[in-house]
Amino acid sequence: MNLIFGIFLLTLMLITGIAVVRTKNLFVATTLMGIFSLLLAANFFLLDAADVALTEAAVGAGISTVLFLSALSLTAEQEKPCFGGRLLALSVVVITTLALLHATLDSPQLGDINAPVHQHVAPWYIDKTPQVIDVPNIVTAVLASFRGYDTLGEVFVVFTAGIGVMFLLSHYPRKKPHKPHEGLRHYLIQRLVGRTVIPFILLFGFYVQFHGDFGPGGGFQAGALVAAAIILFALLEGTDQAIHIIPSWFLNGMVAGGALLYSAVGVAGMLMGGNFLDYSVLASDPVAGQHLGILLIELGVGITVTGVLLSIFLAFASRKHF
Amino acid sequence: MEYLGLYNYWIAVILLMTGFYAVVAKRNMVKKLIGLSLFQAAVFLMYITMGKVDGGTAPIFSADGAEQIFSNPLPQVLILTAIVVGISTTALGLAIVVRTKEEYGTIEEDEIQQIDGQDIDGNE
Repeated sequence: MNLIFGIFLLTLMLITGIAVVRTKNLFVATTLMGIFSLLLAANFFLLDAADVALTEAAVGAGISTVLFLSALSLTAEQEKPCFGGRLLALSVVVITTLALLHATLDSPQLGDINAPVHQHVAPWYIDKTPQVIDVPNIVTAVLASFRGYDTLGEVFVVFTAGIGVMFLLSHYPRKKPHKPHEGLRHYLIQRLVGRTVIPFILLFGFYVQFHGDFGPGGGFQAGALVAAAIILFALLEGTDQAIHIIPSWFLNGMVAGGALLYSAVGVAGMLMGGNFLDYSVLASDPVAGQHLGILLIELGVGITVTGVLLSIFLAFASRKHF
Repeated sequence: MEYLGLYNYWIAVILLMTGFYAVVAKRNMVKKLIGLSLFQAAVFLMYITMGKVDGGTAPIFSADGAEQIFSNPLPQVLILTAIVVGISTTALGLAIVVRTKEEYGTIEEDEIQQIDGQDIDGNE
């Protein structure tokens, strides 16, 4: 049953993906990408990746669509027809596709427990998590503790991307008379639905943040959800209202503060006699130390991701046409 | 039936190359970024497919401590962070596109090259 449902979803994804590339209207392409992301999230859920499905639904279908739309409002909605070079590109793509398809014939079947990927280190993580870290969610344990160093790097990549967008878009070449952005508050249905939904998205975001050790969730997902709630508010009430509620100095503080909190936990481990990002020394009991460390660094991740996604959105949305 | 077990990989490969086609063949910069997102999504799909185990569940221990088979948590960890990093880098790309539009008045690659060519001719 799962297999048939999976094949159905994948086929829909394929159709959507090809339609995205074929359409000349970029607005249509962006909307289709939202549908594509939602289908992908459903697929991740079928493949037992609950954490990833949550992230993809919040980031891919939600925030990514909004970002592309705000970029489109600043550029052009229609793609111009292009001539020449397509045959060459098409032939390269077809040949590579055939070669890759041939390569998949040697891959292990879907769900094969004897596949090489399940033989190496994965069983070790599954065995050790209850003893060493003792949180139910193995994904959180690996993400925050076993591979905490790697996640620190990812947080700094997100941080750097946020800084880059701010550098590119916060500089205004020409002044124009400022007209406040009205938002959608004059549309009855959007306003009512939006206002009802926002508190629940925020609540769910905080739940996902602090419940990430026990169920699907964690800092990345929570950051995306909280940012999505505030972006929805900004769309409804206008960008100026959103900036009024969350001033830019506070956002900048979030962007840097989360990454600093994460690093500080690492340094605290060193000062208390352990290695960098070794949480076991943070409390008298190693397992309690792990719990404390994971809670703190997930908080750091959540704060930075919220801050970066929001400042990226506000940088796009508060930019006027030139 | 044997080949249906490879269907996920096939879709991932075709989506990968669909995205790649948009990156190389399209002149519009936003379209190129959309193609890059497709390319990324195909890689995500391939990783998560590899982690699936038959009869497995999401890698979260249940409270009653019953014996469970788990799908592989490692690819999930990799892709979870990759999604958030992916949106941040896409946003950076979009910011560059917006700046390009403001400087050149177009986001079509060939027109930008034309404008650049005229500039060089004008200076000579």
